[in-house]
Amino acid sequence: MPVTLTVNGRTETLDLPPDMPLLWALRDGMNLTGTKYGCGVAACGACTVHVDGQAVRSCQTPLGDVAGATVTTIEGLGNPAALHAVQTAWVAAQVAQCGYCQSGQIMQAAALLAENPSPTPDEIDEAMSGNLCRCGTYPRIRAAVQDAALRLKEV
Amino acid sequence: MGRAMKIARRGFLLGSAALLGGVAFGWYRYATPHANPLEAGLAQGEATLNPYVLITADGVTVIAPRAEMGQGVHTTLAALVAEEMDLDWSQIRVIHGPASKAYYNSAILGEGVPFAPTDDSRLANTVRSAMDIPAKFLGLQITGGSSSIPDAFEKMRLAGAAARAALISAAAARLNLPAAQLSTENGVVIAPDGTRLPYTDLAEAAATIDLPAEPALKPRAEWKLLGRSLPRVDMLAKVTGTQTYAIDLRLPGMRFATIRTNPRLGGPLLFFDASAAEAMPGVDRILPVENGVAVIATNTWTAMQAADAITFDWGPAPYPATSDEITETLRASFTDDRKDSTNRDDGDVDAVLTPDDWQAEYSVPYLAHATMEPMSSAALLKDGRLTVWSGNQLPTQILIEGQALTGLPPEAITVETLPMGGGFGRRAEMDIIRQTIALAQAMEGTPILLTWSREEDMTHDGYRPAALSRVRGKVQDGRLVAFDFATCSSSVVESQVGRLGYSLPGPDSAIVQGAWEQPYRLPNHRVTGYRAPAMLPVGSWRSVGASQNAFFHETAMDELAHLAGVDPVEFRLAHIDHDPSRKVIEAVAEMSGWGSPTPGRAKGIAFCLSFGVPVAEVIELASTPDGLRLTGAWIAADPGIALDPGNIEAQLQGGMIYGLSAAIRGEITLADGMVQQPNFWDFEPMRLRECPPIVVRILENQPHIRGIGEPGTPPAAPALGNAIFALTGQRLRDLPFARSVTFA
Repeated sequence: MPVTLTVNGRTETLDLPPDMPLLWALRDGMNLTGTKYGCGVAACGACTVHVDGQAVRSCQTPLGDVAGATVTTIEGLGNPAALHAVQTAWVAAQVAQCGYCQSGQIMQAAALLAENPSPTPDEIDEAMSGNLCRCGTYPRIRAAVQDAALRLKEV
Repeated sequence: MGRAMKIARRGFLLGSAALLGGVAFGWYRYATPHANPLEAGLAQGEATLNPYVLITADGVTVIAPRAEMGQGVHTTLAALVAEEMDLDWSQIRVIHGPASKAYYNSAILGEGVPFAPTDDSRLANTVRSAMDIPAKFLGLQITGGSSSIPDAFEKMRLAGAAARAALISAAAARLNLPAAQLSTENGVVIAPDGTRLPYTDLAEAAATIDLPAEPALKPRAEWKLLGRSLPRVDMLAKVTGTQTYAIDLRLPGMRFATIRTNPRLGGPLLFFDASAAEAMPGVDRILPVENGVAVIATNTWTAMQAADAITFDWGPAPYPATSDEITETLRASFTDDRKDSTNRDDGDVDAVLTPDDWQAEYSVPYLAHATMEPMSSAALLKDGRLTVWSGNQLPTQILIEGQALTGLPPEAITVETLPMGGGFGRRAEMDIIRQTIALAQAMEGTPILLTWSREEDMTHDGYRPAALSRVRGKVQDGRLVAFDFATCSSSVVESQVGRLGYSLPGPDSAIVQGAWEQPYRLPNHRVTGYRAPAMLPVGSWRSVGASQNAFFHETAMDELAHLAGVDPVEFRLAHIDHDPSRKVIEAVAEMSGWGSPTPGRAKGIAFCLSFGVPVAEVIELASTPDGLRLTGAWIAADPGIALDPGNIEAQLQGGMIYGLSAAIRGEITLADGMVQQPNFWDFEPMRLRECPPIVVRILENQPHIRGIGEPGTPPAAPALGNAIFALTGQRLRDLPFARSVTFA
């Protein structure tokens, strides 16, 4: 039975099994490949998206559970012509190396700052520690989250 | 980008300079101090046009023929060309380009010569440059060994300079002015009267001009792009989710595949029952492959679910089935008949050392690469043509694999090298490439994307070898008078090159890398490598042999410093005679406040010269109620010439974090022939909250330019271990440390 939800502002009706993880519905069902498969067990955070504003691991979120929900992926946060403040901060700090984890990192950071506009360094560390990066961009992620918090206040 | 790629490929295949309105300039030559009689012979019949620069009506594209795995190589390679061509950085476009022998890597084999990187003698340089000839002959288009920048530094600047010279000549002819009166800026030739001729308008005429024999390169003082921290060319795509990795490729009619192969690596598949999987909606095909089974479905998740529903009877492992047996095999391999190399043997350690002198045994486990993007690639076999899309470090090898599997000629095979979601040496393998081509053959006409599960990826690697080391030493009056270092592992070269179907005879210098060539000068000094039998498949893991040997070597140095009663920084400086190496140690000591410790905290230092780059690292630790906490880290490194300081900083930090991840928890173990760490919960890299602030300083005291992707990794583990000793008095000789201590 098809599942209807809102993805990046568009209403989508997907004829996919309700137990299919949202991750694969996005990637293979809707060709929204900015959300990445990393582990499939919520250990790495590469698949992080927003569901009704909350950061969730889409690999552990069955499609049926988000029927009627509002989903935002990295493609909906901003785009190359109109970046979100977190993405601008990521560019300014030149965070990405291989870049594969960065969609999830950015979605996690955006959710953190939406909920807590002035996180302490410890709060940043805590919020971002579910997202693995094998290239070792952590020092620049820290700097970029702090910078993004400032940028969001200027808006 | 699609159009530029198409032109670049066709440009190479036709071997012509100008076509389809696009113009390719190139430069090609050997960089040898001595003329070689083979040169003329080898040059015949090979591409002598080496295309790095493509000009189309809509701009200039630089071909950066090394794979981008996160190390920033496309940015720095493009800057080499852009600097000499006077291009506008904000307009630059960069593509990897086709798989071609023309893009052979002349620096990749240089690390394997039996001369230390600090050896600048005529003989050492002659042998190094001689490695250029097999590299060219084999046409090795390889990204690895921290070799991209040393390989490209001259030839890509020459490519840019030659292109600029041709464009100026074309403008001079058009304006009827002497070339000497013309200048260039931001992609435009400028005449004395202010007339501006864009490169795009001059390209076709320039392509007919003979390139100058030896274009002059800019002196460093005139560099505008090189030496500066440039914005990466891939940053915008990577922060917007618009970078296409192989796993993201979507083509019309594409089918999605996953695979299960024997978790006892290399063992056979005896039996499988896929009846439940075949009945699942969305499953197209279930196909036997070498040592396993592939599922092809309408989406990746269905393929993975179906693979889970197959029952397998796997055959036995062709190697010792447990970690204990592997350790025993390593212990039993310190024998004369397993001796692989004695690259250093100064004085007479056997005459000086007695059984009563200090000795220690160290160990490290196997490690997975664990790239964030699991192995993935795509292929399409249609109308007598094969296309392979992959993030791979060996694109020309894919051509060879494609020919072998399909029987197609190389000109019927296209390799699209995509950005990688992490490489670290893992994507120099052909396992998934062979599987993908086999699936494309079985599904002729249908594009197939093969995605490994994380579990398949973690349990089917070419692992960093498990290794053991035995070290003996003697100190006298505060000095190290004898040092006998023995190290033992399976051979990465034998295993990895063997998987490609080649063999390289002779010793494997990777077994002793990070030990034999260290710039310590001691009166009695021996480094012996022992080659353990091939066991679990092993491969190049960021910094290769230096990843284990720096831990052994620098932990031993620290122990000997304490035995001598000498400060570990002073002890190293007292025995190292290589000035750039001494300077990185002095720098890191100064940066970290080595001489003035913070109460409740302690620091450890380690040094390693790898890939020609001396790197010193200090880690600071504090004891907290939750365990040991890394409170600070400092790195000083000398790559000779710092082309992009911002990127070098990122690589050094990332290299250290990669090393710390392994040092703290990294461990692949075996039971019943199977890897016991199938996912990140069991093989958990460092997380952000564990990462200390990392301060980097780049020095430039070396005479040669070097690559920076790997040298940051080796000193991390010993620096941490030496800090643990300084803080707790506990000397840890086996990795990972979390087996013995708790980290906060």
